[in-house]
Amino acid sequence: MDLMEKNLELIEVQKLEGHTDRVWNAAWNPVSPILASCSGDNSVRIWEQSSLSRSWSCKTVLEETHTRTVRSCSWSPSGKLLATASFDGTTAIWEDLGDEFECISTLEGHENEVKSVSWNASGSYLATCSRDKSVWIWEVLGGNEYDCASVLNGHTQDVKMVLWHPTLDVLFSCSYDNTIKVWWSEDDDGDYQCVQTLDESSNGHSSTVWAISFNAAGDKMVTCSDDLTLKIWSADISMMHSGEGYAPWTHLCTLSGYHDRTIFSTHWSSDDIIASGAGDDAIGLFVDSKQHDSVNGPSYNLLLKKEKSHEMDINSVQWSPSKESRLLASASDDGMVKIWQLETIP
Amino acid sequence: MVSGLINENPIVYEIKERRDVRAYSSNTDELSVDAIDQLEVFDILFVCLDIKDPEHPYSLEQLKVLTEDSVEVDDSKSRVRVTFTPTVEHCSMATIIGLCVRVKLMRSLPSRYKIDIRVAPGTHATEAAVNKQLNDKERVAAALENPNLVEMVDECLSPSFE
Repeated sequence: MDLMEKNLELIEVQKLEGHTDRVWNAAWNPVSPILASCSGDNSVRIWEQSSLSRSWSCKTVLEETHTRTVRSCSWSPSGKLLATASFDGTTAIWEDLGDEFECISTLEGHENEVKSVSWNASGSYLATCSRDKSVWIWEVLGGNEYDCASVLNGHTQDVKMVLWHPTLDVLFSCSYDNTIKVWWSEDDDGDYQCVQTLDESSNGHSSTVWAISFNAAGDKMVTCSDDLTLKIWSADISMMHSGEGYAPWTHLCTLSGYHDRTIFSTHWSSDDIIASGAGDDAIGLFVDSKQHDSVNGPSYNLLLKKEKSHEMDINSVQWSPSKESRLLASASDDGMVKIWQLETIP
Repeated sequence: MVSGLINENPIVYEIKERRDVRAYSSNTDELSVDAIDQLEVFDILFVCLDIKDPEHPYSLEQLKVLTEDSVEVDDSKSRVRVTFTPTVEHCSMATIIGLCVRVKLMRSLPSRYKIDIRVAPGTHATEAAVNKQLNDKERVAAALENPNLVEMVDECLSPSFE
């Protein structure tokens, strides 16, 4: 299945309208055909796909909870809970009760805008980050209780995104300070420390890092930045799985020249296609060239670039977890969420 | 008793007679897509020059914070860059001024426009830091949700009557 040899096109399946301000983030439910989007209009919209018509419609709007922009949203691994991070300094946890969503808890503590929220693989921990430069780890207790387990300081500026590793309880954060930090609790006692910082000296980014994404195996990661590049990193995580200690991340390659405005989002699909969304209104798709150069290592090629995919900046790109088809959701400053399908054209 | 102003005695320049290149509709300074085919430097500059300085009752044009050389535009790519010169090197009002220019442009230009704001190279002590903040979209969005800041910006952007 060599994608580079096929004639592929990103076809717009549907445009989801409803938000009255820019849409910052879109998140696919891991188990059902549901998409959540959050916006500068202070609300979260839940979109559901009809099993009959296959079209998407807005099932419910979560409003009157956050008092400012909702910056990001993330589903728990079970798909039953949705965490929403807001500029109002709080993170709300919502439970899907069927016909409606109920806000079952509100996590407070950050001093100012919360930028991102992420669940770990087992759903036992949540992480949040903020312009207050800190990363918080929350423990998920029973009975809708959430306890702050750790406050991690280290970044010297606004933290843009947090993301748990797909298989290990290792936490990643990226920031306006141009670095990516890795946090790990060696003794697994909940005492997280910064075990690695990927900065310019590690071949890292030279401006704000906006997003992180892992491949399915969790041994590679892609990051994107205001420096107009995407960077691929790798680590020997089998070492970590076998308890041999921390396996550091190293730079694999840099993808530059594809976007001429800040790259706000990147997402690695389960079938190894990297999507990027940027301020140039374009979506980029990249794949491993499979040409391993013994000197330069692996390289990635542009599969396609969809110009003018939105009328304004793209803030988020997310591949659907569905195995049936290659669906991609994009969210933009133009107030739209779009669903795309990557198809082979005859 | 120190008054607290960043720049006690700004130099106030005389504004030269402005050439009237195009006729503008009287209702707003909004440049609608159908009225203007192709935005040029002057069109964009026009909406910025009378922004008021946050500290003094003068416009940015009068203080030479913005001049005819401040604006670079590429209409075919929908890009505009505004370079402004703070009156003093340690001006902490630089971020406010930059924010005012951005808001004025956001309200006046078609939404397809990408706007970059920066301080003139060599005119500010923490130039890189100021430029980074002024061009971080998320930081700008959060700042514009701060009512005190919005009030200050609106004051700078409000028309002054001779």
